[in-house]
Parts: sequence; structure tokens; C-alpha cells
Amino acid sequence: MAQNSNMNAQPSADDVMISMQGVNKWFGSFHVLRDINLTVYRGERIVICGPSGSGKSTLIRCLNRLEEHQAGDITVQGITLNNDLKNIDEIRREVGMVFQHFNLFPHLSILENCTLAPIWVRRMPKAKAEEIAMHYLERVKIPEQAHKYPGQLSGGQQQRVAIARALCMEPKLMLFDEPTSALDPEMIKEVLDTMVGLAEDGMSMICVTHEMGFARKVANRVIFMDEGQVVEEKEPEAFFSNPESERTKLFLSQILDH
Amino acid sequence: MARTSKAAAPQFVRTEEAPLLPPPATEAGITGWLWHNIFESMADFHSPTAAIRSLFMIMFSVLLVYVFGTQIYGLLDFAIFSAVFSDPDGLKREACWTVQQGGALPDGWHAACWPFVVAKQKYALFGPFPMEELWRVYLALVLGAIGLAWVLIERLPFRRHAGVLMLTVYPLATFILMTGGNIEVSTTNVAIWFVLGLALISAGRLASAGHLGTVMGDFAGSLGGVGWLVVAFATVTGIAAIDFSLEPVDTGDWGGLLITLVVAITGIVVSLPLGIVLALGRRSDMPVIRVLCTIFIEFWRGVPLITVLFMASVMLPLFLPAGVNFDNLLRALIGVMLFSAAYMAEVVRGGLQAIDKGQYEGADAVGLSYWQKMRLIVLPQALTHVIPGIVNTFIGLFKDTTLVSIVGIFDLLGAGQSAIADAAWSTPVQAITMYLYVGIIFFVFCFGMSRYSIYMENKLGKSRRH
Repeated sequence: MAQNSNMNAQPSADDVMISMQGVNKWFGSFHVLRDINLTVYRGERIVICGPSGSGKSTLIRCLNRLEEHQAGDITVQGITLNNDLKNIDEIRREVGMVFQHFNLFPHLSILENCTLAPIWVRRMPKAKAEEIAMHYLERVKIPEQAHKYPGQLSGGQQQRVAIARALCMEPKLMLFDEPTSALDPEMIKEVLDTMVGLAEDGMSMICVTHEMGFARKVANRVIFMDEGQVVEEKEPEAFFSNPESERTKLFLSQILDH
Repeated sequence: MARTSKAAAPQFVRTEEAPLLPPPATEAGITGWLWHNIFESMADFHSPTAAIRSLFMIMFSVLLVYVFGTQIYGLLDFAIFSAVFSDPDGLKREACWTVQQGGALPDGWHAACWPFVVAKQKYALFGPFPMEELWRVYLALVLGAIGLAWVLIERLPFRRHAGVLMLTVYPLATFILMTGGNIEVSTTNVAIWFVLGLALISAGRLASAGHLGTVMGDFAGSLGGVGWLVVAFATVTGIAAIDFSLEPVDTGDWGGLLITLVVAITGIVVSLPLGIVLALGRRSDMPVIRVLCTIFIEFWRGVPLITVLFMASVMLPLFLPAGVNFDNLLRALIGVMLFSAAYMAEVVRGGLQAIDKGQYEGADAVGLSYWQKMRLIVLPQALTHVIPGIVNTFIGLFKDTTLVSIVGIFDLLGAGQSAIADAAWSTPVQAITMYLYVGIIFFVFCFGMSRYSIYMENKLGKSRRH
């Protein structure tokens, strides 16, 4: 893919968006993340895949402190992620997140879902926030739903609202935690199209997903995780055509056979 | 179809639309409603079992209608049809006496004696409040009714402003109207508090601008908040100390429905926010706050309200230094507030537990702070879930106010009871008429709260269809 390699500019040290050094995390005595070392550069699009329970969701949830890591260093945009609430707030302002179950606020309209954080966190005037919200709702192609409530929308529409909500904070990085896993098959495409559009605009993204077509199309790197470790990390072409680890081969054979 | 099978697979392609037909009579309109709600259960005679069931349902329905009919008729007969409504000759008790008892009513007459209630009306509603000062109570009640209606009716503009006024200016105005204001505090003390508050606010400003170092910077918000509270306290005290040249009325002279409303409304207004804070505290990550809130809640839930009221009115003065003595009503009020706040806290906690973890994560991920997350995302949903429980607590509190009569405060029921003791109206129906009247007043208030809660549930439920 010519376009793909185009976006693959050589990164420099200034462009480091995320750096994880020797990150370890436990749930009680269960070691969920084991010695994670990962650097993500500005504009990179990373797909993380792996069997369930492999720690991929936990990994990206550590990046905005929805989960706390116990050992190692994480820096996001040069801000060290520690117990300092100011740092956490600053990182959360820069990092948008989309969840498997959307996590829209059911008591607020679509527009209010999108304007809430800009108004309260960025202290933006309401009119400006609504203008931005409508811009992003148009971008995810559902401006006409702005005054409905989340419960009145289909799953695919809700997930696109969730993407718009995250974009309204104008984040530098987007995290996607299995954004299509809870959707009916006919709705997966509309969400993936939105994500491809974002990638083409140069947004830095980390996606936990099993949509391998999406990985091939937009990812710079595919990371395969198993049992809390990074097992294999490659460009998508090489990852799919030439996996080296047995675990990767087994995983790929299981998800690609149908 | 790519599959091969020996038998020809059944094939079907729809070529014309199936017609849309009107519903049968049993599914729509009044007939449908009557059928589904009344007759369907008693019209099945297709088998012996079904017939027996239907017959039983018919007999049961007739019996129920009969029992309720006679009871309701009996009540209406007592309260309206046979009741005595007027006493034009000023006969007092004789107006409600039968021939046998020395009056004019037929023997065996047994119905409400409303002239007695009319004569005791003012006492039942306001207790021994001085007659010539009653206009102050009326004014406070009218202002309160207008303000409350303004806040509750959704079509009106500026509801938020009205709500703020109702929670700030109105209580103070009512306090001054009903007690006469002019409380005894030294002007110096008020001034000192005021200046202290201003100092705290300025310190908060300086701290948030970073002039007092990073450690103080983190406390800037709290400093400012405490400062505003202190200033508000000083202002309120200052205003309450102004002499409006109103005749002072001791709270011991308050009574009747007035006391019921004062206790219930203060209890309701204070217990909800306090309960929310306690519920959040009990679910806090900070162990000290969690333990303190849990102890507070469990303590107040563990003792009966009567004990609380007794402690407040009889025991508390024994522990206070001689000369320090604050108002009996105020002590009872504080007891009721803390007691109902503990119950409210558990109701609210129930609502908080119903909120999905994803909502917290969604709010965290967009960068909302703890208080923003609670105020904008979690509490609106949690409180909506538990409206029935909250209103239940309100209604319970409203009726529990009758317990204050145990510490010598005469609420509606207490005032009614002391009115019954008046021999000038002594008749066999005197007590029962007064209790009926008191019961109706309680019912109107409680039923009103119940209906408003159902209305709120329906309204808020609309936005969360799934």
C-alpha cells in the first residue's frame, strides 16, 4: 500500500508520544502486564491484538490511568504518569478513549454528551463547544441525531457518538478498547469507516481490536500480546504473512480461518 | 443454495404484501381495556377447571366490590352525608348531641362534628401562636407556596433562580418573620467572623494564583470555600440580629401544622444534601472518611427517633455548661435532620451502586474531576433511580414529625389531641372528628409528594428509554 508507507515517516525522539518502560501490573496476585516496553510516535497507528485475558485492554487502560500500574514508567506526551492528580488530569485531556460498551451518558442528549467535557474541563463557552460538537458529529455522519438520547440510537451510532465525544476534547491520541466487539455485524463497518477516516487524517491511535482487515489497512505496527507480554511486534504486512512466534501463528490461524 | 440435498428444499418467495388489518375489539379502545382488565379473567368456560376459576373470580370480584363499597359509603356517610356542618346558634357541644344526650339529633346518630374542628382550626394549624401576629405566618406560608410552586412547575422561567432564593433568602425571611429576628449576638462577633471569612477568601485567591507556594495551592479551593461559608454565616447571623421591630415570638408558642411543616421541610431540605454527602463518603477511597461516614450512618440508623428526641431535649442540657441553653425546637430539628440524613444516605447509596462502572470510566476518560463526575454524571442518574426511595424517606419523615410531641412540642397531631380535651365540645364523636381532620391533612401532603414523585419518575424516565 503506497499510501500506507507514505504515512510511515521516520520518527525522531521529539515525536515520542508514549513511552512505556518495564511496565508491570498485578490484579491481586495475578500478573496481568509483564515487562511491557513500548514506544509510540506521533501520528502512529498501532493495533494490539491477542487472545482474551492477554492484558491488551489493561495495557491501554494504564495509559490514561483507568488502571494503575505498579512498576515501570509511563510517559504520555512527556508527562509522567504517577499519582499526581494534575498529571493524570493533564494526560486525560490529551488522550481520548472509546470503550467497548460506548459508556455514553444516558441522561444527556448526544450534543450534551459531546459538549460536557469541553465546557467543564476545557472551560469552553457553551456556543463554541456546541459548534465543535456539531463539527465532529458531522464528521462521524450523525449530526441529525444531536438532540436524541443515547438509548434511542443503534449500537453503531452510539459508538460513533462516543468517538465524536472523545474528539471534541481535541485529543492528541485516541485509545480504542475493542470498539466493535459489542456491535451487530452490520454496524461494524460504519464504526471502522469512521476510524479509518481518523487514521487518514493523521490521528495517533492505539486500537485493541480483532478486526484484522482494519489492522492491515491502517496500522503502522501490529502488536500481538499473550499472557500479559508483548509476543510479537511487526508491520502489518510482515505480521500477517510471516509471523514468527508459534503463539502468533496459532492465534492467526484461529481468527483467520473463517 | 449451494447445499445439495436429495429432497427438493422448500422454496418460498413473497410476491405480495401481507395486508395490515385493524385490531379485534378485544385489543383496542374502551372495550379492549374492560376486557383485559376486568372480564378476561372471568369469562372462560371452556373446561370445568376454567369454569370453576371463572366462577370464583366472579364471586371474589363481587365480594370485593361489596366490601369496598360499604366501607367507602360508611366513611362518606360519617364525614359528609350525616355530618353536622354548622353551629349557627353557638351551641358548641350541644350541636352534636343526640336527643338522648340532651341535644336535637336523632338517637343512634354517629357522624362528624365539623363545627368543633372549625372552632379549633387556628389552634390545630398554628398552636398557641399569638393571634395578632398570625399575619407573619400567613405571609411566610404564601411566599413559601409561591416559591415551591415556582420551583416545581416546569413551564415557568427562572426556576433555578427561584430555587436558589428558596434555599437562601426564604429560610432567613421565614425565620425573621416567625421569630421576630433580633437575635442576641454581639456585633463585634459578627464583624470578626465576617472579616475572618474575607481573609480566608483572599488567602484562597492568593493561593490559587500561586503566591503561597505549591502546597497551599492545592488547598486554594477549600480555603475559598470555607471562607465563603464563614462569610455567609456571618451575613445570615448579622441579618437575623437586625431589629425589624417585630414582636418576638418564642418557638414554644409555635404549634400545630406549622410545627409539622417546619420540622418536615427543614428535615427534607437538609437531609437530602447531607445524605448525598454521607453516601459519597461511605463509598470514598479514603479510609478515614469512609469509616467516619459509616459510623455516623450506622449510629443514627441504630437508634429510634424517640430516643434521639429524648436525648436532644432531656439529656443534652445536662451535658452543656450551665447557662448555655439553646432552643428546644432547634434541638429536636437537629435530631430529626441527622436521623433522616442517615436514612437518606443509604437510599442514595443504593442508587450509586446501580451505576455502571463504565459511567465512571467514561467520565474519567474525558477528564472530569471527582466532583464534576459525581455532580454531572453519577448523581443525576443515581438519584433518578432512587426517586421512590427518596420520596419514601420524605413521607416517612413527614409522618415521624408527630413524634416531637413526646418532647413537649405540639405538632398537628399533638395540637389536635389537646383540642380534644376541651370539655366545651365534649361529644362522643369529638375525638374521632379531630383525628379524621388530622388524617386528611397528613394524607393530602403525603399523597401530594407521592404523586409528584411519580410525575418526576415518568418525566425523567422518558430520556432513558433503552
